[in-house]
Amino acid sequence: MRHDHIISAKQLSRADIEEVLDRAADIAADPSAYADRHAETLLGLLFFEPSTRTKMSFTAAIKRLGGDVVDMGPVEYSSVKKGESLADTARVVEGYADALVLRHPSEGSAKMASEFVDVPLLNAGDGAGQHPTQTLLDLYTIRENAGLDDLNIGIMGDLKYGRTVHSLAHALTNFDAHQHFISPESLRLPRSVRYDLHEEGATIREHTDLDDVLDSLDVLYVTRIQEERFADQSEYRKVAGEYQIDAETLESAREDLTVMHPLPRVDEIDHDIDDTDHAKYFDQAHNGVPVRMALLDLVLGGDQ
Amino acid sequence: MTDDQSLRVSKIENGTVIDHITGGQALNVLAILGIDGTDGEPISIVMNIPSDRLGRKDIVKVEGRELSEEEVDVLSLIAPAATINIIRAYDVVEKHRVTSPDAVSGVLECPNHNCITTENEPVESHFEVLEDGVRCTYCDTIIREDLAAHILAT
Repeated sequence: MRHDHIISAKQLSRADIEEVLDRAADIAADPSAYADRHAETLLGLLFFEPSTRTKMSFTAAIKRLGGDVVDMGPVEYSSVKKGESLADTARVVEGYADALVLRHPSEGSAKMASEFVDVPLLNAGDGAGQHPTQTLLDLYTIRENAGLDDLNIGIMGDLKYGRTVHSLAHALTNFDAHQHFISPESLRLPRSVRYDLHEEGATIREHTDLDDVLDSLDVLYVTRIQEERFADQSEYRKVAGEYQIDAETLESAREDLTVMHPLPRVDEIDHDIDDTDHAKYFDQAHNGVPVRMALLDLVLGGDQ
Repeated sequence: MTDDQSLRVSKIENGTVIDHITGGQALNVLAILGIDGTDGEPISIVMNIPSDRLGRKDIVKVEGRELSEEEVDVLSLIAPAATINIIRAYDVVEKHRVTSPDAVSGVLECPNHNCITTENEPVESHFEVLEDGVRCTYCDTIIREDLAAHILAT
């Protein structure tokens, strides 16, 4: 892996992705071998938005590598509240840490912040932009359950604002994957992502109805449709209701269909799916630790 | 045509004439170049005159200043047919067309209000130039239509 910063899934080649996933598999098989790999390494956490999974799994990852975190804490208790720019905050905290993890509500924030620091910066979500580390754990989960080539994947829900979707779609262009995007017209993939997928020669189809493709899918990746994206609450309820799945929905799916979700879910995946063999979303969340350990190990120079 | 134009705006002794500007874009050309007349240099603007090639065109003359190719290539975003004439002692000593740059910085404002470049950060807007538009290198937003509407206020 030859990247100073991890900003977008677009920067990741197939070789980069496979290197991370292979390292993650190695870590998952024998975590103790990596226990002191990065002793005394400090990871700076800059989370300008709430996070449970990403923040906790990055924390767990660096601690399991022998390191620790320095955490800016909630925005309301930080200098950001006094009007400090992101650029200044990043420049200050790089002096306290060996690498930075940034989540910020603005698109392009990670790229901009990376231009002001010399330590590696990992994008943990920039607005509706990208979430490349989520993508790596998504790919790990897909590889374990369905394989990454000759893959039929359906990606459903809020495709317009869903950063995990944008990153995943970009990354899948490295593989022999047929991508089906299922969403209401108002939440279809943004023009910029469609442009990139087209440039990469990706095989994609857009649908408004899951039934059109469900029986052909190896993986169904469900995302949350957020109420705040709709001006009208009744419109939200109507649209969200059309993109919920339950055990009955999956009766027409293949037996080995893998259902994924970046979580948190609200009601787009009914709990009656949780105990079926389809449900892999909790495994997916758990995979965040070995995958982020692998990524940190590689970015921090684990080969040297 | 030449006689007609000379009636409107006289020749300049030294400076730059930007001809074949898409009709109606002269003020945007000046905005992009950051020329607002406050430096005291004489500036002539002719707008919406008939043109065989463009239907109607604008012309801008800036006296006492030779604009470099780097400065003017950005004009290709809104006036792709523009020609640049460098004038010395009333003669055209250099003439070339604008060519599309690979990227432009600090010229356009990203229309995505959630883009980091629209916030109070020490960063200039930066757009990659595509075949049929431009793309913000920070948030990836693509602008295809009416680039002039996104020119940053100077």
